[in-house]
Amino acid sequence: MSKFILLRILQAIPTLLVIATLTFFMTRMAPGGPFDSEKNIPAEIKAKLESHFGLDRPLHEQYFLYLQNLLHGDLGPSFKYMGWEVSELIAKAFPVSAQLGLLSLGIALLLGLPTGIVAALRKNSKYDYLLMTIAMIGICLPTFVLGPLLILIFSSWLGWLPPLGWYSLSDMFLPSLTLGLFYAAYIARLTRAGMLETLNQDYIRTARAKGASPIRVISRHALKGGLLPVVTFLGPAFAGLISGSFIIESIFFIPGLGKFFVTAAFNRDYTMVLGTVLFYACLIIILNLIVDVIQATLDPRSRNL
Amino acid sequence: MSIESAKAKELVSENPGESSLWGDAWIRLRANRLATVSLFFFVLITVITIIGPEIFSLEYDQQDLDNTFSAPNSSHFFGTDNLGRDLFARVLHGGRISLAVGFLATAVSLVIGVAYGTMSGYLGGKTDALLMRIVDILYSLPFTIFVILLMVLFGRNFILLFIAIGAVEWLTMARITRAQTLSLKKAEFIEAARALGYSHYRIVARHILPNLLGPVIVYATLTVPAVMLLEAVLSFLGLGVQAPMSSWGSLIKEGSEKMDIAPWLILFPGIFFSLTLLSLNFLGDGLRDALDPKSAKE
Repeated sequence: MSKFILLRILQAIPTLLVIATLTFFMTRMAPGGPFDSEKNIPAEIKAKLESHFGLDRPLHEQYFLYLQNLLHGDLGPSFKYMGWEVSELIAKAFPVSAQLGLLSLGIALLLGLPTGIVAALRKNSKYDYLLMTIAMIGICLPTFVLGPLLILIFSSWLGWLPPLGWYSLSDMFLPSLTLGLFYAAYIARLTRAGMLETLNQDYIRTARAKGASPIRVISRHALKGGLLPVVTFLGPAFAGLISGSFIIESIFFIPGLGKFFVTAAFNRDYTMVLGTVLFYACLIIILNLIVDVIQATLDPRSRNL
Repeated sequence: MSIESAKAKELVSENPGESSLWGDAWIRLRANRLATVSLFFFVLITVITIIGPEIFSLEYDQQDLDNTFSAPNSSHFFGTDNLGRDLFARVLHGGRISLAVGFLATAVSLVIGVAYGTMSGYLGGKTDALLMRIVDILYSLPFTIFVILLMVLFGRNFILLFIAIGAVEWLTMARITRAQTLSLKKAEFIEAARALGYSHYRIVARHILPNLLGPVIVYATLTVPAVMLLEAVLSFLGLGVQAPMSSWGSLIKEGSEKMDIAPWLILFPGIFFSLTLLSLNFLGDGLRDALDPKSAKE
């Protein structure tokens, strides 16, 4: 197992290098620079600023300097938030996004797993059709339609929950629900399919024949195999939750990393853009690795890689 | 489902004379009620968005300043927005853009993906390993982030939108066609074509590509809604289609800003968009079951 993890970490290095290179040259090729939008800034001061941040040097020199700093874990200073390091800004904004992501995932699992299990146990019944139709609608209702609708209903009409902000638990409910419902619906479908497949296996019949109670059959025998597709889905789900949070953060005005990233790109804040992209990439790689490890623990067959 | 498949079998056996892959698939698809309804609905939406504005002579940027924010009524079926523009017209025109982006970007990803996947699978060996390793690396990139970055940095260029989205979506297509090509390559009829001395080009173009059509069509049907969703996300973030033009995504964005005063502004585009996505997804699932009955196990 440790060899597997080590190999995956080694494989991540070229991926991160490709990402850093792509992002670096993409941001530099884009029209405009970080100090172009300032009002009436004298040419001398602009030149001074650019030389201070090393922007007057040849591009390849800047690139190698950036990589060199990166090796020391230094993401550089932000061009727009003067006096702030990129890593400090990420450390400030990411916890908010992480809270949003975890709460959404929690809601998704809490709603999706029981729904899928019930639908599988009552296969082809009224409940099954009803639950799965709701799940299909949930999958096709995009977050940017669902979010405003929830605000309309729960804030504007009923006045139960605040429409924006991120201070108290009641602020967090609507955004997390909006982001989580799609994944809840998807997880419900996956759980149902996985459970149906497992419930048909011989070892479930054996367990039943040996007189195990229905609850024991489900919790001890069926769940382990039935939940494998859900665990596999968690990898892409994390990536989706991260990019989905961009939208949620813009609907509900949440000061998370997604909002910082889009603003940074608009401002041509080169180091901030690079830092955020690399941070996201690392996050996705690590989360995928964790998912793979969980999968290997649950299903020994997937270990030989 | 089992009733439907039994019905399909019955229909297939009723017409023993005209039994072809596509004929059988069509019969199976028709037996699937959900997929048939979806197909009908999707064709309806497409036709309305294409010819609707011409028939009703609707302009998406024409203003009726006496009727701003008016609720749905007989002269404005879906109501009007803050500038007095007819929402029905805007939803239809927006549908044109959304569907055009969906189809064109899917076509881009189709061409790249099929060419790449077929080449990788047909050549095999080290080339295949290298090409697929590249796909693996690209898969692990945070692509939505790159698309957003691309749109912010290089402005809201319509062409760029296609390229950016097409570039994201071709990866899965490449994987599917590669796997299919690999298994086809071992088939006897390919060996026969080889033995007859046909050129590689002819074998790929005349014998492999036609046999890839089934899975490619299925996946393309499922790619269109994914692409439309991505376009809508970009438009919602203000990075896609720009005013006074509109796509469903940008209409939903506008609607969400004004929904307190005029909830219909988000309801109608939202309903059209969600139902289109829903029908395409059902249709894609139905097509998969129809073209590959083996996969349709319950």
